[in-house]
Amino acid sequence: MEMIAPAAQELIPNNAAATGDDALLEISLGPHHPSTHGVFRMDVVLDGERVVKLKPVFGYLHRNHEKIAEGASYLASMPYTDRLDYIGSLTNNWAYALAVEKLAGIQIPERAEYIRVITAELTRLQNHASTIGFLTQEMGASGSPLMYSFREREKILDLFESLTGSRMMCNYMRFGGCRVDLPAGWLDQTRKVVADFPGFLDEFERLLEGNEILLARTQGVGVLSRELAIQAGVTGPILRASGVNYDIRKVDRYGIYDRFDFRVPLGEHGDVYDRYMVRMLEMRESLKILEQALRDIPSGPIMDTKTKIRGFRPKAGEAYGRIESPKGELGFFLISDGSPNPYRYRVRPPSLINLTVLEDMCLGSNVSDTIVIFGTIDIVLGEVDR
Amino acid sequence: MLGEGIAKGLVETARNFIGSYFSKNRLTTVQYPEERLPQIEATRDFPFLVYDGDDWQAGMRCVGCQICEKECPPKCIYIEKSKDKKPDAVGKLQFYPAVFNIDVSVCMSCQICVEVCPFEAIKMDTEFELSTDNRFGGLLWDKARLSKPNAYYGKVHPTDAAASDALLAEEKAKVEAKAKAAGETKTNSELTSPPLATSGATSKQ
Repeated sequence: MEMIAPAAQELIPNNAAATGDDALLEISLGPHHPSTHGVFRMDVVLDGERVVKLKPVFGYLHRNHEKIAEGASYLASMPYTDRLDYIGSLTNNWAYALAVEKLAGIQIPERAEYIRVITAELTRLQNHASTIGFLTQEMGASGSPLMYSFREREKILDLFESLTGSRMMCNYMRFGGCRVDLPAGWLDQTRKVVADFPGFLDEFERLLEGNEILLARTQGVGVLSRELAIQAGVTGPILRASGVNYDIRKVDRYGIYDRFDFRVPLGEHGDVYDRYMVRMLEMRESLKILEQALRDIPSGPIMDTKTKIRGFRPKAGEAYGRIESPKGELGFFLISDGSPNPYRYRVRPPSLINLTVLEDMCLGSNVSDTIVIFGTIDIVLGEVDR
Repeated sequence: MLGEGIAKGLVETARNFIGSYFSKNRLTTVQYPEERLPQIEATRDFPFLVYDGDDWQAGMRCVGCQICEKECPPKCIYIEKSKDKKPDAVGKLQFYPAVFNIDVSVCMSCQICVEVCPFEAIKMDTEFELSTDNRFGGLLWDKARLSKPNAYYGKVHPTDAAASDALLAEEKAKVEAKAKAAGETKTNSELTSPPLATSGATSKQ
């Protein structure tokens, strides 16, 4: 075949003489929505239907987030953190607020801690629900599972809107607490949503459990070994699906997570099916945390009174705050020189670091499996490119 | 049996499909714009300027202090301070904004301007049907376009507006009490020692 791409030959030097039926083909998956996850491109070299080389290409959504934050006040970066992982803006808020609170030595009131746990676990629910919806969509289940998960996500987004004023760009947490107190009746609405959610999970399991197509497409596909996952710094549900017991809610016990009784679901094989099941089980555990938090939430102030909104200047120093976001370890590293804006502001995005193992998981699989494997990493390009 | 799992899943789909004819929970689509969902109170989109009374220019609460301009993360606010002064919401003589522009194509609805404003002058609107065929002038809103009465604020955010009104009433009462006290001491001092003003003037020189 004369049409072989020159770049493909460079990538595979041993194959320089390949012509005819053995020729490798370099194709570009993307950059617009290879699988509904945003603007991302994969440079894939194919031997027939098998992937022999895969190069992720990103940066299409780069917005200079870190440098903008270094020129802006600490408060002004808070709404920008919503736009990192725009599916779960409240966990981003929390990670940034935690880093600044460590930097400035702020203690936050008990009620604010509970509100943070409740909103973060709701974020985890809606993130995992939509991730599984997208995953089934990528396997060809066009419509139904995604629409059912979006129907449930909608209820949680309504709760976010009545609390924070916005469905996705919440901009809710502040250094020293939360921006506004819970509106009247919000806790009861949340209790109702939390009580109804297991019904949705049961329905979802009936819909997909034992589905032969799902099993054929997921079991044994895209295996990520335990060793590689640890070496590459992978975190979140993908790491736990490979059988590593590492959840920052348990390791760091940040906030008030030491008060709640919940378990960390682990996978065994590290394939696509385990990653799907770990997320399903994590939603059940999140519901347990939510029930406990909604039962125990105290009344009281929601903001630390000593922290100023305007003219906030932490003293010189550095701090790293990290949380278990739905996608993995989300960390913010800040250096302060005593001025109103950070000297250095660095985000440790789980999506980007989890993406580094994409090639290892995809080698030898079909093009259609590549899309499914990519889907289980659960990335959001707002966070990858920043 | 092969296909059993798929069949079970399809039963679930059928249950949802048929259920959508009977249960409100399963029928989630709303026929916008004929049907509308009730607006959630905390909803926010773009800022507006609050004024008291009927005249938007006389009742403008904004004093042109430019704090929101400095704190705005995407820098979408542009303010020019006035040269003269007018009385503000609590009765003090203050500057007012000669120019107050918000570029809503840049605004990201974060509401930080509302949080930092010390004068309860800028609030978030809930109006969302804002399409325009002019993407430059049509999206750069001046202060006439931005000004809305306090009654409107009370309508869209009743809880917040009540808190804001209470805060302003308290401040106004304080200012009035202070003015009254100052007025009393002034009249007293005028009665007892009239040359006080002159002595002040001489010390300035």
